[in-house]
Amino acid sequence: MKPISTRSAAPATFAPGIDRIVPAAGASATLTLLAAAAMAFLAVFTLALAFSANRLADSWSGDLAATATVRISAAPDQADLQTRRVLEVLTTTPGVVSSREIPAEETRALLAPWFGPDLPVETLPIPRLVAITTEPQAFDAEGLRLRLSAEAPGAVLDDHSRWRAPLADTAVALRRIAVFSLALIGGATAAMVTLAVQASLAANGQVIRVLRLIGARDVTIARAFVRRYTLRATLGALAGTTVAAAAVAALPVVADGEFLTHLGFSGREWLWALSVPAIAAITALVATRAAALRRLRDEA
Amino acid sequence: MIELHDASYGYPGRTLLAGVSLTLSRASFHFLTGPSGAGKTTFLKLCYGELRPNAGRLSAFGADLAQLSRDDLAGMRRRIGVVHQDCEFLDHLTLAENVALPLIVAGRPIVESDLADLLAWVGLRGREGALPSELSGGERQRGALARAIIGAPDVILADEPTGNLDWEMSMRLLSLLVELNRMGKTVLIATHDLNLIRTAKTQVAARVLRIKDGQVQTAGADL
Repeated sequence: MKPISTRSAAPATFAPGIDRIVPAAGASATLTLLAAAAMAFLAVFTLALAFSANRLADSWSGDLAATATVRISAAPDQADLQTRRVLEVLTTTPGVVSSREIPAEETRALLAPWFGPDLPVETLPIPRLVAITTEPQAFDAEGLRLRLSAEAPGAVLDDHSRWRAPLADTAVALRRIAVFSLALIGGATAAMVTLAVQASLAANGQVIRVLRLIGARDVTIARAFVRRYTLRATLGALAGTTVAAAAVAALPVVADGEFLTHLGFSGREWLWALSVPAIAAITALVATRAAALRRLRDEA
Repeated sequence: MIELHDASYGYPGRTLLAGVSLTLSRASFHFLTGPSGAGKTTFLKLCYGELRPNAGRLSAFGADLAQLSRDDLAGMRRRIGVVHQDCEFLDHLTLAENVALPLIVAGRPIVESDLADLLAWVGLRGREGALPSELSGGERQRGALARAIIGAPDVILADEPTGNLDWEMSMRLLSLLVELNRMGKTVLIATHDLNLIRTAKTQVAARVLRIKDGQVQTAGADL
């Protein structure tokens, strides 16, 4: 008999993968696949919602920061005069890029959602409105208020700050909720993979015993389980991400709906969605390895 | 190779081995005999580190078993090939994969032609792709022997390797173990088959040990 050699340059080698030593069948394998797919689906949707909400809040907040409104509440015979004075003041106010009186048709359109399209604006004591576009860094709202109170007593400046603050707070809160949700999804994925691996290790006690008897180190045995479960989690996450991404991409765009128009990913945000399977794989790798090594150590 | 110094092992209320001192030296050939339940399998398990002595010391290849780390213990087991009575195959792997398992877990490359040679040497040419459930008792025992020696171990331990075999197959397996011993391997066979021992003594200078009342004694001319 020729002794078995382990030549470095062999013409043909027999190389079954290390993960072959773990039986392929088992409910935990299917559960890992399905649970990873579900978690990835949820993660992608959470990301989409977070990006959409963030983008929308930024948009609102940004638009409002660069605009202001002057409301002129004056007697009918004073309204034209005070409006002219306001416009004159605005032309000489630093930080005001442009200003214009909002015409009656536009005012009617603004009020239409509340009062219907046939609103007789002329007969109602509706204040005149002047829309201002500002350069936020150079615009001094308090200074303008003082000047308006002197030139046009019926004019009130609304710089939208009372709207911006809650929107900014909402954006921060949404970001935090999204991060927390993603952390929960990651934690749940890790817990699910850990349970699946522990179930598999328990079901494969005889395999582990045989491997130990022939000189397998814990890290080698763990690697067999890690590879198999990481692969399953990754495949599941890929499937879940694909379905979720397709669902997000297929969401209807509502022409006049600010929120629904923005729901989904935009530009580079898609990279975050595509990173979900990779993050799922890393989570599964770490969770599986830790669970397997701990279990093997405890069993010895 | 393997040394026991006053080693004892037992369960609460029952001592299987008491104060055993023994050396399995390089290229020696031992039989271990005794009635069923005497402690033969326990003795083998102590030798390859599946069990640890309750008292006394056991050293393998110069290292005290009690001092070995888990990785060191795995390394020690790679130097000991074990033929289990029930073969301990992984049912989902083919014969070739089962035989190659020690090299797979050691991360060592497996030369296909060498694997084929080994399987041919134990008379299993053409059975590479068979699952364990498709093998006969004799084929399983020879497959277990092939797995035990594929990693070129220094020591081969066999637990009742001929227990389920007919006489012709037993002789064939014995001749393989004798040939391995001639190649310099230390061989220890646990068996209660005295005919096998008598036959072997005509082929090799075998030392026969008998377990009786927890003691390991050298058997005499009654064999």
